[in-house]
Amino acid sequence: MQTSVSVRDLSLNFGSVKVLENLSLDVGQGEFLVLLGPSGCGKSTLLNCLAGLLDISAGQIFISGKNVTWEEPKDRGIGMVFQSYALYPQMTVERNLSFGLRVARMPAAEIAQRVQRASDILQIGPLLDRKPGQLSGGQRQRVAIGRALVRDVDVFLFDEPLSNLDAKLRAELRVEIKRLHQRLKNTMIYVTHDQIEAMTLADRIAIMRDGIIQQMDDPHTIYNKPVNLFVAGFIGSPPMNFLKGKLEAGSVKIDGTSVSLKGYDFTKSMEGADIVVGVRPEHIAIGEDSRKMPVTMEGDIEIVEPMGSDTIAWTKIGAQPLTFRAAAEIHLVPGQKVAFGFDPARVSVFDAASGVRV
Amino acid sequence: MTADTYAATGAQPAMAGTKADAATGPSGPRPKRISPGRIGIYCFLIIVAAFFCVPLYVMLVTSFKAMPEVREAHLFNLPREWTIDPWIKAWNSACTGRDCTGLAPGFLNSVKIAVPSVFISIIVASLNGYALTFWRYKGAEVLFNLLVFGAFVPYQVLVYPIIIGLREMHLFATLPGIIIVHTVFGMPILTLLFRNYYSSIPLEIFKAARIDGAGFWQTYFRVMLPLSVPITTVAVILQVTGIWNDFLFGLVFAGKDNIPMTLQLNNIVKTTFGTVEYDVNMAATILTALVPLAIYFISGKWFVRGIAAGAVKG
Repeated sequence: MQTSVSVRDLSLNFGSVKVLENLSLDVGQGEFLVLLGPSGCGKSTLLNCLAGLLDISAGQIFISGKNVTWEEPKDRGIGMVFQSYALYPQMTVERNLSFGLRVARMPAAEIAQRVQRASDILQIGPLLDRKPGQLSGGQRQRVAIGRALVRDVDVFLFDEPLSNLDAKLRAELRVEIKRLHQRLKNTMIYVTHDQIEAMTLADRIAIMRDGIIQQMDDPHTIYNKPVNLFVAGFIGSPPMNFLKGKLEAGSVKIDGTSVSLKGYDFTKSMEGADIVVGVRPEHIAIGEDSRKMPVTMEGDIEIVEPMGSDTIAWTKIGAQPLTFRAAAEIHLVPGQKVAFGFDPARVSVFDAASGVRV
Repeated sequence: MTADTYAATGAQPAMAGTKADAATGPSGPRPKRISPGRIGIYCFLIIVAAFFCVPLYVMLVTSFKAMPEVREAHLFNLPREWTIDPWIKAWNSACTGRDCTGLAPGFLNSVKIAVPSVFISIIVASLNGYALTFWRYKGAEVLFNLLVFGAFVPYQVLVYPIIIGLREMHLFATLPGIIIVHTVFGMPILTLLFRNYYSSIPLEIFKAARIDGAGFWQTYFRVMLPLSVPITTVAVILQVTGIWNDFLFGLVFAGKDNIPMTLQLNNIVKTTFGTVEYDVNMAATILTALVPLAIYFISGKWFVRGIAAGAVKG
């Protein structure tokens, strides 16, 4: 795959504070990359560096094969969509869309044609004469996307574009952004702290913490084979269960209960070491289904959280809490004894000391 | 579930009690009553308003009386015979020393001083505020703090050094000289005003303009300036009022060819031939105060709105 955006050893310091350090990544042509992480992890900062809105301290940035490290934002071949929409309040939608083109002194006919195309794609034709103040949040964000669209660029940068919208609209626009990507086949780099957006939109997700990319993989790998405890805990809702124990002869001893890990694909021998076993709530089977699982045990239900589509229940292994996801039809009551089981091949095991997957 | 049901049944007698109360008890909007405290507040406000209005009233009625009637010293009486002669005299024939030209030349001088001063100071200050907010160059914070500090320096301290400075530039006692002085002295407060206003504009709008390829001037003229209408109104009012009412700088820096209206007024009031012409003096004073008053009444609504907009973020 041809690379579209490429970052080499990028560092950014604000005074003595290191925000990004020696960061490198490659984004393929037409790829949808999501930068995901908690607030303050440097993901928006990285995006601003790519856009040229922040001066970097060291490293190089290539976009479409060109070294743009010292280029102005407008010369980088990027369009950007912001969280607060950042539309010019005094201009109509049409003027908002065409502002960049007018600044570049493009011929009027060409401007009209591009605005027409963008408004067709985003279905904002009827809004062209309105001002941003007269639009709803969803419409405003559509116009903001249109502003990136008219620039006819190779790379789209999204900085938490859906965070200011309500849940319903967010789901709608999420699908729309995905549709847009399938249609335009541009490279898109998308910053969010919402893991659902990341999982649903991304070809690949880069999970960041403290200015460092923890893992960059396709959503399936991120979800099933997290490289460390941070990634494992960040992705998934409800979060992955972490059970602390000692590895002894292929089994893990969790507060006195021995649980076999036969079938788990260890990358290195951890015999006798303290480990953390990560089990996804949705990978735990209960009742009848649990009998088919290689590992089975019993526990008391402590708390039940019915979600409508399914039910989250809390039990314990030894003294350590364990949540599992059950079908909504299964009637669970606190205090009830329940059989549950899981497949060790699907769990994740981490070194307790370093937090790294083993 | 069952436990809840029992609790609800148990509460029913108490509910019945509130129902009986519902027929007679308060319902709908609370009736408005005038309390003694409120009367006190109104009395206070009326007295304060009168305190400021009475002198204005006296000035107005006096300015429409002829001198013989003024001499009767019935301060609060309406004129028996209304006359606008004092106004006409104040405008074009009242004497300052030997020249009997009235206020008119002073008015013209004040316009010549105020219009360029207001215009230049606002353009420069808004550029200052824009650059300080969005183009965070090295030392911007220090410069801003120095500028704000300037707002607290008493004018009188600087008068003499500025006289020397202007003399060296051959601008002392000239129109450009006084315009420069007004522009410079307006800078701290106006820059503060504009910077705070621009700080309330989302930074992302500025970033979007940069992505769209707009540079320093394009972003300023096409994006930021059109957004600055409310705060510019505030600045215009502040500057027009301040410069129009200025006496000290006019006296020191304007030179005798550019005497502003306030000075002219002072000279008229001070010049007497035997009797003090109270009616002319009153008319002249009101004439001088008219411009700032008019500006305020025309754009007062915008003034409050702009101040509020700038005050949100510091």
